[in-house]
Amino acid sequence: MNAWVGKILRVNLTKGATSVEELNEEFARDYIGGRGLGVKYLYDEIDHKVDPLSPGNKLIMVTGPMTGTGALAGGRYTAVTKSPLTGAIANSNSGGYFGAELKYAGYDMIILEGKAKTPVYLWIENDSIEIRKAKHLWGMETQQTTETILSETDVEAKVACIGPAGENLVKFACIMNDNGRAAGRSGVGAVMGSKNLKAVAVRGTQGVTVADPEGFRAAVLDAIKEFHDPYMSEVLAQYGTSDVVEFSNEVGLLPTRNYQTGVFEGASKIGGAVIAQYNLRGANKTKACFGCPLACGRVTRIADGEFKGAGEGPEYETLGAFGSACGVDNPEAVITANYICNRMGMDTISTGVTIACAMELFEKGFLTEKNVGRELAFGDGKAVVELVEKAARREGFGNEIAEGSYRLATKYGHPELSMSAKKLEFPSYDPRGGQGFALAYATSNRGGCHIRNEVHCVEFFGIDLMGIVKTGDNLDRFTTKGKPAVAKKIQDFYTMIDSSGICNFIIIGSPDANVFINLMEKGTGLDFGGLDGFLKTGERIYNLERLFNLKAGLTAKDDNLPKRMLTEPMPEGPGKGVVVHLDKMLPEYYKLRGWSVKGIPSAKKLAELGISN
Amino acid sequence: MSKALIVNLDKCTGCRYCELACSFAHHGEYNPAKSNIQVSVFTEDAFYVPMVCTQCDRPFCGEVCPTGAISADEVNGAYVVLVDPEKCVGCKMCTMACPFGAITYQSSGKVQKCDLCGGKPECVEFCVPNALEFKDPELTNVRKSRAYAKKIYHQKEED
Repeated sequence: MNAWVGKILRVNLTKGATSVEELNEEFARDYIGGRGLGVKYLYDEIDHKVDPLSPGNKLIMVTGPMTGTGALAGGRYTAVTKSPLTGAIANSNSGGYFGAELKYAGYDMIILEGKAKTPVYLWIENDSIEIRKAKHLWGMETQQTTETILSETDVEAKVACIGPAGENLVKFACIMNDNGRAAGRSGVGAVMGSKNLKAVAVRGTQGVTVADPEGFRAAVLDAIKEFHDPYMSEVLAQYGTSDVVEFSNEVGLLPTRNYQTGVFEGASKIGGAVIAQYNLRGANKTKACFGCPLACGRVTRIADGEFKGAGEGPEYETLGAFGSACGVDNPEAVITANYICNRMGMDTISTGVTIACAMELFEKGFLTEKNVGRELAFGDGKAVVELVEKAARREGFGNEIAEGSYRLATKYGHPELSMSAKKLEFPSYDPRGGQGFALAYATSNRGGCHIRNEVHCVEFFGIDLMGIVKTGDNLDRFTTKGKPAVAKKIQDFYTMIDSSGICNFIIIGSPDANVFINLMEKGTGLDFGGLDGFLKTGERIYNLERLFNLKAGLTAKDDNLPKRMLTEPMPEGPGKGVVVHLDKMLPEYYKLRGWSVKGIPSAKKLAELGISN
Repeated sequence: MSKALIVNLDKCTGCRYCELACSFAHHGEYNPAKSNIQVSVFTEDAFYVPMVCTQCDRPFCGEVCPTGAISADEVNGAYVVLVDPEKCVGCKMCTMACPFGAITYQSSGKVQKCDLCGGKPECVEFCVPNALEFKDPELTNVRKSRAYAKKIYHQKEED
C-alpha cells in the first residue's frame, strides 16, 4: 500500500500478548484512517453497551494515510474509544510528533484491549514490541513520565502518556504526547488509565511511500502556495489562537461566567497581545507540530510571582474556559491552570467549563462553602488553579469536578447549568452566536465540540472553508435558513480531514478543497470521485459514528442544548436577544441526513453508503 | 563566493519538514531517520536546531577516509563535500571524524551526507518559515552582525 503502511499492532493487556495483522484494505478505502478507520474497527469489535472504563472497551490509536507523509501538517493521530464522559463515540485528535513516529515504526494503528494487572507501558521500536512494567511511573506527571521513559528507551522515541488525572479516571482526562500536545476531549486518558496503561513510547526508522511521488510533491507545493492566507500566516502564526479572544468578545459570543453572557469586560486582559508577552524567546517565536508550516503553538513562561512556572499554551479554548467562562481576567492564573492540565493530563475545556458550572451553582446558592471547602466566586483565579489540581487528584471537592459538569450539576439538582451537549462541555463559542454553529454542537457525534464542524468559520469568521461553503448568501449567523445543509456538508467534510491525518487547522487557511483532495489522491493512489465522492466517504463515517451512538443507548433527545441556549436570550452585545431555534433546524437536518424523525439512519441511506447494520 | 546552506535558528519552528523533504528527495520515501538534515528539538526551551553538514573547507570526514571516497567539489555554484558510493566501503571512519554527526551509515552499507541536492536543496524549497536559506554565507554574516548590533542598540536605549 502507499500512504498507509498496511499493519495493525494489537495488544491484549490482560494476556500481555501482542500481535501484528494486516490492515483491511477495503476498510482503509471506505473509512480512510484516524477518526474513520478507528470507528470502523471499534464498531465491529466492541459491545456498544460496554462500560467505557471496563476491560471490554478498547482504545485505538490510529493514524491517517497522510500522517508521516509530506502533506502539510500531516502529523496527526486519533485516540478512538467509547467515552467515559459521554457514553458516546470518542475520537480525540492530536499533533506533535507521536503519530508520524508510529507510522515510521510500521503501524497504521494500535488496538489496545483488556486491562493489565499492574501498571505497564508499551515500548515499540519498529518490529520489537515490549510490554514493560510501569509501577515506578505511576503517579508521575506527564513531563516527568516522558523524560523517564526516554531515558529508559531511546532519546529519539516519542511518548504518549497519561498523568495522574488519567490514573485517577478523571472523566475528562486526556492523553498527552510530546509533552504539550493532547488527545484532549471525551476522557480518552481515563480509558487508558482504566487499562493500567501509563504510556506508549515509539521509535520508528521505516519510510512511508506515496502513490505518485512527483504528483504528490507538486500537490504539496500547491498547498503551500494556497496556504499563504494573511490571517493564517500572519495573525495565527504570531499569536496562535489566543488572538481570537477579543474577536469573539466583539461579536458577543465569548462565553462569560458559565455562558450567562457573551461579553466579557476583561477580554483584553487575556487577549493575544497580552499572552504573547509570556512567550519564551520573544513574541514571534512559535512552535510547530510535525510537518506544519503554520506553527500555532507556543512555549510560555511566567517569570516570577505567585504563578511562577513554564509550559505550553495557552490557546484560545483554554483562555475561554479558564478565563472568561470562569470570569477570570488574570492571564497568569489562566496560564497556570493550563500548565497544570498539561502536567496532570486533563482536557482544559472540560476542566474549565466544569469549574465555571460549579461557580454558577455557588453563585445561585445550590452549592455552599460547606460543599466546596472554600468560597467559589466567579473571577477568583486562585480558586480555579486550586480546583484544577484537586480535580486531577480527586481530592476533596475536586472529586466532584472530576466527574464533569453534567454529573456535577445533576447531583446538585440543576443539570440545566451544565453547558454541554451529550455531556461534553462546550468550547468557547456561545451557541447563541450562530444558529448553524449551535446546530453543529447539538448534532455532533461526540457532543459539544467546535472542531468536528467548523460552521463558525463561515458564520462569524467569514472564512470560505475551502470553497465547499461560500460565505454570504444565507449565511447571516442569526438566521436558521439553510443552516442544516451547511452543517451537514461541513460535518461530512471535516470527518474526512479528521480521518486523513492532516490537521484541520491548516485546512482553514486553504481556499480550495481540491488542494486537500489532490494530496489525498496523489498520496493514496485512490480516486475519491471529486468533492462529491469525498463528502460521501465522510458521510459514511459520520453515519457509522451515529449508529455506534444509537447502539450505545443515545437517542434523538441527546441532540440537544442546555435550556439557557434555547430560552434565555443573549443579554447584551451584537447578538442581544438571540436564542437558538433548534426546533426549526433539527427536522430539516434529519431529513437531509436521510434519518427518521427519531434521528435513526434509514435502511436506504445505509445501503447507499454501503454500511451493513 | 559560492552558496551555502544557512540555518537561521530564530526562525525554526521545529516542524521538521526539512527531514521529510530530504528523505523524499534522496530515498523516494518520507523517512526522517534517513534524512541528512536532523532537527534537534528542545521543547521546554522553545529551541529547535537543524543540524546538517556544514561542508567544511577542510573536511575531517575526507581526511580519514581510507579509500578517498570523500572529496570537495563545486556543483552548480555551490561548494559541496561529496561521497562517491562506488569507492565507499562502509568502514564508518568518517562518521567518527565528523564532530556534527552529519555523515551517517545507512542500511545500504554506504555512508551518506548532504549533497545540497546538486545545487537546489529540497529542504530550503519546503522550509516555509525560511529558517533554511541557500545563499552567499559572507553576506549572511554581515547581516547577522547588523541584526545583533541593532539588538545591543535597543538594549542600550532601554537601559
